[in-house]
Amino acid sequence: MDETDRRIIRATQSGFPLTPRPFHAVAAQLGIPPGEVMSRMARMQARGIIRRIAGVPNHYALGYRANGMTVWDVDDEAVDALGEGVGRLPFVSHCYRRPRHPPAWPYNLFAMVHGHDRAEVQAYALEIARLLGDACRAHDILYSSAILKKTGVRLGV
Amino acid sequence: MISHVNGPGRSGSQPQGEEALLPALQRQVGTQALDDLDRQLLNALQDGLPICERPFQDLAARLDISEAEVVQRIQALLRARVLTRFGPLYNVDRMGGAYVLAAMSVPEEDYERVAHFVNLQPEVAHNYRREHTLNMWFVVAAETPEKAEAVCRYIEGVTGLGVWRFPKEREYFVDLRLRV
Repeated sequence: MDETDRRIIRATQSGFPLTPRPFHAVAAQLGIPPGEVMSRMARMQARGIIRRIAGVPNHYALGYRANGMTVWDVDDEAVDALGEGVGRLPFVSHCYRRPRHPPAWPYNLFAMVHGHDRAEVQAYALEIARLLGDACRAHDILYSSAILKKTGVRLGV
Repeated sequence: MISHVNGPGRSGSQPQGEEALLPALQRQVGTQALDDLDRQLLNALQDGLPICERPFQDLAARLDISEAEVVQRIQALLRARVLTRFGPLYNVDRMGGAYVLAAMSVPEEDYERVAHFVNLQPEVAHNYRREHTLNMWFVVAAETPEKAEAVCRYIEGVTGLGVWRFPKEREYFVDLRLRV
């Protein structure tokens, strides 16, 4: 990643110009040939720096009003294999292993679940519990009650 | 089709000052306000567009509308806050950076003030209130792990509250696509 890549990131991280030729608009703004903007962004996408060029929905607006961060205390020996399995469940949008902070926070597996209501989230959590079986000692669901900020990544790169 | 729900927007650019309009994010824009084309568009946009001269061309052809109409509908969806963003989704991990999930236990009487301060930090990518003793959960995205740690320390210093760090140790899956 060089300074030109960083300029492209700075120019696009809060959103794309909304025109039929957005890459050309970015190129014009930065004074870089359009072909170079596209090849650099394609390279960044190939390297995973860009996940994809996409729209991010507001889940509330789409009717997904129950957002549950489900957290699980899973046996250290088993957590990686089980985490992969939980991540494959169709209703899990994010799944990570994170550090515990015992005794107050014994949970090491985090799985984000979106539902239309809490009953739906609870049903999903039950499926996760079934998959984890005896390797799971405790769990909790932390529902979100307000979105305080949702801007995505902003880097001063 | 969604039209100018939240008043006049500036054409050609995306809504700014998201913080000021946050309550709008929690309102359910009656999904009945979305027509069939909007739904197809929302599903397709979450899957991503190609990097090419006319990235909307194939999508427009599939939906049997013009590229200009695709762009116009994306603008309307952004204005109505059905979409919160449209563009490249960057992954700071792959730039050598770090994401740290952080949580705080904020007294109710200080909640608004602390939320305002936390949200002011540009490295805070999103922030949710959750029903738990740890009632504020935010993600710090920074170019380096050191920078992410510095942001957590700064928030601790100014608020006098402990920031619990939950850095990602392993990622099993990330892909949020909501079907409409």
